Amino acid sequence: MARGKKDMDENDSGLRLDRIKPATNVFFNAWFALLSFIIIVPFIFVIMISISSTKSIAEHGYQLWPSEFSLAAYAYLWGERVTILRSLGVSVIVVVLGTVLALLLNSSLGYVLSRKSYKLRGFLVWLAFIPMIFNGGMVASYVVNANLLHLRNTIWILILPICASPFNIIICRTFFQHTIPDSVVESAVIDGSSQLRIYAQMILPLSKPVLATIALFTAFGYWNDWFFASLYIADKNLLTLQALLNNIQRSIDFIVNNPTLGVSLMAYKASMPSEAVRMAITIIVIVPIAMAYPFFQRYFISGLTIGSVKG
Amino acid sequence: MKTKKRWKKDDTELTLLALPSVVWFVLFLYLPMIGLLIAFKGYRVFAGHGFVYNLIHSDWVGLKNFEFLFKSNNITIFLRNTLGYNAIFIILGMVIPIAFAIMLSMLRNRFASKLYQTIMFFPHFLSWVVVAYFLFAFLSTEKGILNNIIAAFGGERVQWYSQAKYWPFILVFMQVWKTVGYSTVIYLASITAIDGSLYEAAVIDGATKWQQTKYITIPSLTSIAIIMFLLNVGRMFYSDFGLFYQLTQRIPGSLYNVASTLDTYVYAALQGNTPVGMTAAATFFQSVACAVTILIANGIVRKIDPESALI
Repeated sequence: MARGKKDMDENDSGLRLDRIKPATNVFFNAWFALLSFIIIVPFIFVIMISISSTKSIAEHGYQLWPSEFSLAAYAYLWGERVTILRSLGVSVIVVVLGTVLALLLNSSLGYVLSRKSYKLRGFLVWLAFIPMIFNGGMVASYVVNANLLHLRNTIWILILPICASPFNIIICRTFFQHTIPDSVVESAVIDGSSQLRIYAQMILPLSKPVLATIALFTAFGYWNDWFFASLYIADKNLLTLQALLNNIQRSIDFIVNNPTLGVSLMAYKASMPSEAVRMAITIIVIVPIAMAYPFFQRYFISGLTIGSVKG
Repeated sequence: MKTKKRWKKDDTELTLLALPSVVWFVLFLYLPMIGLLIAFKGYRVFAGHGFVYNLIHSDWVGLKNFEFLFKSNNITIFLRNTLGYNAIFIILGMVIPIAFAIMLSMLRNRFASKLYQTIMFFPHFLSWVVVAYFLFAFLSTEKGILNNIIAAFGGERVQWYSQAKYWPFILVFMQVWKTVGYSTVIYLASITAIDGSLYEAAVIDGATKWQQTKYITIPSLTSIAIIMFLLNVGRMFYSDFGLFYQLTQRIPGSLYNVASTLDTYVYAALQGNTPVGMTAAATFFQSVACAVTILIANGIVRKIDPESALI
């Protein structure tokens, strides 16, 4: 289009051509606004259902704008706060312990693998790499976890199986290799520092970006896990929030069958605004994620870029 | 000419540092690999004995478990669904995010682009349990908003959860809904990393925006696209369990044919009383098939473009 004029005003045409036409820009914006809307609308919808009255749901079904509002579902959950808070407690313990452990395991092996002079490096690289290609699968893991390690119905089954990850170890190793010069580590060794000290006092503080990213993805992974709980946990006291939600889906009557209050079963069932309650629990599960999300959003993107560095 | 160096204090310290992670790898990744032997055993539980004793004392049955597995009628359904859905997910998971990433990179307004990314990324942090509730709010036969709309226009309410014909589309749509933001951000990060002088030169030569995309942007994305492709192909025989299991409300009989995959089969078997040997045969097959697929895919990539190969 600007070919003929390119010699005369290349800077100007450069600026103009580098941008898309205003009409295209408007079209793209409209397109992404629509997509964002499709992503957001279920959230709003579920919130609206959770604050609908039982009557409104019974008469009009789920509505984007309920004909009658009610906080009965949340009041009901407040009545069940013992169950909810216990599950919340389990979730928080799992997330915190799991994330700390994940950081230690991933970064320590990642650091060791980044030391080029280490004698067992080749062996350990293979050790970490083989499971990315080949693994034992669900059944063998299940038998080992349940029958050999006896982790069933313990909080450890929710933490240990997913704390380290070959993928995150490679990300750590790549980060250490690219950002921390060998000479720095070597001079520390010459000064008489032990490797443990170098790892704890030099490497970890220098690696905050990569650690933050891994911590966030791991923490969300733990928060969202329901699968391990569904396979291994029968003990009510060890249900995470997601597992509770999953169990409620499995049987809407779960809470009804486990009343913490002394009300008779029938009266209890009748008083339970069940559909709104389900959506209210969903909201309780999502809210912490939604609140944390905007603050950590920049780490996701930077972290994904770190991960894409091949090394 | 390489002289073998002596074992130093450094090596001992690094070994100690690696030890916890190595123990983790052995317990949670390598023991299950040994546990795969169950697939070749008529695994029995001897009262009062542990897993190792049981494994050793169970009879070898050769390939009998595999025979049973591949003779069962449903295995073709599981394989078809697992591979079929994955093929669709891999193709859509490449085309759509690349298109979106290119469009986002062209937006004139940086803030808008960031906002769209943030919103589209968010579903990545939701569990399928939560998403299943979202979907239920739309598809519930009596109360769902979709049926409410249909009914408002005088149509017949659709029994979404028992009509198999809709589910391939619903599953694909929801999978894209949840994963598209994540992949888009990965591709967008690669686009941002492209050397800007390439575009400047193209503009000076009079290239249109479309030509720039075709000859600069897309070729620059092949490397990351190939890595993503290899990672996905390496999981070709695995399925996103929660997607199939949770969204369909635990795979009712009417949806069995369209929503059962190898993983849902294994999960159901672990919860029921199918002999563990046969289930183990299924996961053994998954593991080996995936390892072979990724090695073959990697071999092909290496032939064409050694730089992009994963291994």
